[in-house]
Amino acid sequence: MSIFAQLLEFIGDPAHWSGPRGIPVRIFEHVWYTALSLGIAALIALPVGLLIGHTGKGAFLAISIGNAARSFPSLGVLTLLVLAVGLGLTPVLVALVVLGIPPIVAATYEGIRGVSPATVDAARGMGMTEFDVLRRVELPIALPLVISGLRSSALQIVSTATIAAFVALGGLGRFLIDGLGVRNYAEMVTGAVLVALLAIAVDLVFALFSRIVVSDGLTGRAPAPSADTDLAPATTH
Amino acid sequence: MRWDWIQNNLENIGELLAFHLYLAVVPVVLGLALALPIGFLAVRWPRLYPPMLATSGVLFSIPSLALFIILPGIIGTQILDPINIVIALTIYAGALLVRPVADGLRSVPDHVRQSATAIGYERWRQVLKVELPIALPFVFAGLRFVTVANISMVSVGALIGIGGLGELFTDGFQRNFVTPIVVGMVLSVALALIADSVIVLIQRVLTPWARAGRSS
Repeated sequence: MSIFAQLLEFIGDPAHWSGPRGIPVRIFEHVWYTALSLGIAALIALPVGLLIGHTGKGAFLAISIGNAARSFPSLGVLTLLVLAVGLGLTPVLVALVVLGIPPIVAATYEGIRGVSPATVDAARGMGMTEFDVLRRVELPIALPLVISGLRSSALQIVSTATIAAFVALGGLGRFLIDGLGVRNYAEMVTGAVLVALLAIAVDLVFALFSRIVVSDGLTGRAPAPSADTDLAPATTH
Repeated sequence: MRWDWIQNNLENIGELLAFHLYLAVVPVVLGLALALPIGFLAVRWPRLYPPMLATSGVLFSIPSLALFIILPGIIGTQILDPINIVIALTIYAGALLVRPVADGLRSVPDHVRQSATAIGYERWRQVLKVELPIALPFVFAGLRFVTVANISMVSVGALIGIGGLGELFTDGFQRNFVTPIVVGMVLSVALALIADSVIVLIQRVLTPWARAGRSS
């Protein structure tokens, strides 16, 4: 039987759609681990990235730590933590947060560093405080890169959250691990396809989010100012 | 830590390390071999560039573990065959490297291309001797990223029984035994660091002008 027929048979079975082991519950668990880890990673990484981007201090150290963290295998971090503190959500979250921080710090830092010094000087010249410069000038200009950092962080977390199932938690990894345990290839493929679809969905959500929050003046979607347009409201024309 | 366990299992650990290196590095080489012609085509025919970027983005967003499992169903290999990991990671490496290759070739200034033509470089020799060397810093930045990423991604394969050093994690976890996990972590991080340094070294050898420019 072809892989697609097996997949359709497994997904088509109503028994796989209900109860605590059903597909909706597993998707919800997976999204929950991902959202929680991404939220914590962003809470730590965004301020760090903004600070080192704005001040230019500590960048080398932060990027080096980030690169080292990138070479940490998540499965190793997870199993080590489980042996240290026992089964539960905490080891999974820590492993996923460690994975999620470096892309956000690196992208935020690069985004802020990329803001033209002339623009920052102009903002200071207008009397903005350092915090205002960061919040109202640097951050909006850096936003496309900041979001792309969040996006690659989210993609890595959503892919890797499958390892939660290895330490007796839920999520879509359950189908992979349980399917392997009983040599049920259809179940494994179902889990794999669902994780892939979820990753593509996350990717689309971030693309949409970027379109909504990034200023039209940065993306070229706003009409370019020309010599005969002044700053008066459009209604006066 | 049980040092005697390490001593007794040196041979096994060495095999896992070699297998890990093989699973991580072979796909980078194959991926580069794929990415060079594709990136080159996308630069020669600019209309191919946006769809190429979109395809590589989608391919890269598919989780590696999912690909390890779906591939055998598509190409008919055994599910526990390491070739699945090699092919899956080759797809990732290729998808990730086409962009640096294309961006690197696009960074070649027009006047350089015209000068090369003017002093008699014919087409392919110009690509190999002039354009590719100028693109190398982009390509190497991509190679460093994808190699480190691959080395940590291979471990995840241990969940389905093929993961090189990752098997030390699953083994240690199942036996509630910390030593193999620590050994696996240390070797995995060391492998990433060494591989990264080797790539930097190769880049230095291949682009001697970069150093000359900096010191003058």
